Amino acid sequence: MADKVLMKGNEVIGEAAVLAGCRYYFGYPITPQSELPAYLARRLPEVEGVFLQAESEVAAINMVYGAASAGARVMTSSSSPGVSLKQEGLSYIAGAEMPCVVVNVVRGGPGLGNISPAQSDYWQATRGGGHGDYRTLVLAPNSVQEMADMTIAAFELADRFRNPVLLLVDGILGQMMEPVQLPAPTTYDINQKPWALGNPNPRKGGRNLCSTIFLDVEQLEEHNWHLYQKYQVVTDEFAKGAYKHLAVETHAVDDAEIVLVGYGIISRILKTVVEKARKRGIKAGLVRPKTLWPFPSQVLADLAAKTKQFLVVEMSCGQMVEDVKLAVDGKKPVFFFGRTGGTVPSDFEILNEVDKLVRPD
Amino acid sequence: MSAEVERIILAGFGGQGILFLGKVLAEAGMRNGKHVSWIPSYGPEMRGGTANCTVIISEHPIASPLVTVPDTVIAMNRPSVAKFNVRIKAGGMLMYNSSLIERQEFRDDIRLVEIPASEIADELGNARVANLVMAGAYAKFSKLIDYDEMVKALPQLIPASKKELAEINLAAFERGYQFVKEKKYMFGRYVYSVFKGI
Repeated sequence: MADKVLMKGNEVIGEAAVLAGCRYYFGYPITPQSELPAYLARRLPEVEGVFLQAESEVAAINMVYGAASAGARVMTSSSSPGVSLKQEGLSYIAGAEMPCVVVNVVRGGPGLGNISPAQSDYWQATRGGGHGDYRTLVLAPNSVQEMADMTIAAFELADRFRNPVLLLVDGILGQMMEPVQLPAPTTYDINQKPWALGNPNPRKGGRNLCSTIFLDVEQLEEHNWHLYQKYQVVTDEFAKGAYKHLAVETHAVDDAEIVLVGYGIISRILKTVVEKARKRGIKAGLVRPKTLWPFPSQVLADLAAKTKQFLVVEMSCGQMVEDVKLAVDGKKPVFFFGRTGGTVPSDFEILNEVDKLVRPD
Repeated sequence: MSAEVERIILAGFGGQGILFLGKVLAEAGMRNGKHVSWIPSYGPEMRGGTANCTVIISEHPIASPLVTVPDTVIAMNRPSVAKFNVRIKAGGMLMYNSSLIERQEFRDDIRLVEIPASEIADELGNARVANLVMAGAYAKFSKLIDYDEMVKALPQLIPASKKELAEINLAAFERGYQFVKEKKYMFGRYVYSVFKGI
C-alpha cells in the first residue's frame, strides 16, 4: 500500500481518473474546479493521454460524446454555469447510452452567481438536467479520499450501465486538502466494448451506430422504454444492496429521536452537530446519501418508523428535501434548514435548529 | 492547547505564503500520524490581497473541516488580526507577526505570542520565508506535530521549481522553533504576555 499523500480534492479526481484508465479529458476552466483540468493538462501527456481545453463547455461535452462512442474512458468537469452549458450534450450522451464521467464542483447560482461553495445543482443533477426522459447516476463524496474512490467507481458504473455518471462535489471539497490513499491503477482496453464504433456488429448490418435520432415515433417510444427499464435495473440493484458501500452512510440512527439528513460537505458538519447534540442529551442521528440517484429511499423509509422527525440541511433553498419527503411519505414530519448563495452553515446554527425542533418551548 | 485536536486559522497578505504555511502544518500533522484537513479561502478576497486558510490536526477522524472558533490564529498582517481576533476560543492563542503588527490591547482571555517573523526572515536573507518562521514557532507549541520529523520532511515539500529555497526554508523553520524555545514560554491562560526583540 502506498503512503498517504496530502492532496487537493480537485487534483485527486484527476489522478483517480488516470488510475481508472481514463486517457481523455475535454474541458474548459472555471473556478472552483480549475485545478482539475490544470492537473490533467500536466498528467495526461505522461500516460499518452489527451488533454484538450475546448473552445467552450458545449464543445467539451460533445468531444466526450465522441470519445465515449469510440469506447474510451473519458471525463469532463466544470462548475455550475458550465455544467448548465453541457446539458444538451449530456442528454445526447444519455440517449445514445454512452458511458462517461462528468464532474460538477458546484458553486453559488443561479446565473453567474459566485464562486463560493453551494449544493443548489441537486435538481439539475438528479432529474436529468437536459431534455428528454433520461437519468444520470449521481455520486456525492464528502472527503478527499472518497473523491478518489468515487471517481473510480463512477467509471465502473458508467461502463456497467452504459450511462453518464455525475460526481457532484461542492467548492469546499474541490479546494480542500486531506490525506488520501490512492488506489492501484486499473488497466483499461479501449477495444473491450463490443458496441463501440469501429467494432463490427454483424446483427446491425456490419457496423455499430451511435445515434439519438429516432424519427419513427414507435421506435423512439421503444427506445425510451428501453432506457426506462435500464434505470429500473440501476434502481433495483442499488435497492438490493449491490452497491452498499456507495449508496448511503448512517451514523447514530438506532435510538435517534431526530434524524439529520445531508450530503457532501454538509454531512461532515452534521456529524459534528450529532456529537454536540448528544452531549446535550439530544438523541440525534445522521443519514448521508452518498449516491443521490438512485436515492437511498429505503433507509429513510425504515427510519420513519423509528424516529420522531427529520431535519434536512442543504446549501440551497431546499432541493434534496423533496426526495426525503418522498421517501418518508408523510409518516413523520420533515423539516428543512438551508443556507444559500455560497454561505456554509455553521454547526452552531444547525444545532440551534435541532434544539428548536426537539425542545419547541 | 488541547492534546487531541488543534484548529488553526492562518491569515495574511496574498504573497506571504499563507496557504503554504497551512500546508506545512497539515503535512507535519499527517506525517506524525494524525488526521488533518486544509481548506483555503478561494473567494474574491484572495484577489483583493488577504489570504487565509483553515487547518485541523486531530487524533480522531475530522468530522467538519470548517472552523468557526479556532484554538489558534496565526496572523501575518494587521487586517488578519482585525478579522479573526474575535473568533479565537477563550484560552486560545493569537500568534502574530510582530514585525508588521504593533502590540495593542487585543483580548485579555487569550494567549498572545509575538514572533518577529519578518525580521527573522530578513536576517536569514529572504523576507519571504517569514511564513516558515511562524511554522517553526507553532511547531514548538503544538502537541500534534513532531519537530524532528518535520525537519526531515520539509525539503520534500518545496516544489521542484524552488529547490534552491529548500535550505533557507528549513533554516527559517528552525529559527522560529528556537525563538520560542529560548524565550522560555511559561505563561498560562489569561496571562498577557509578550516577547520582544530577537
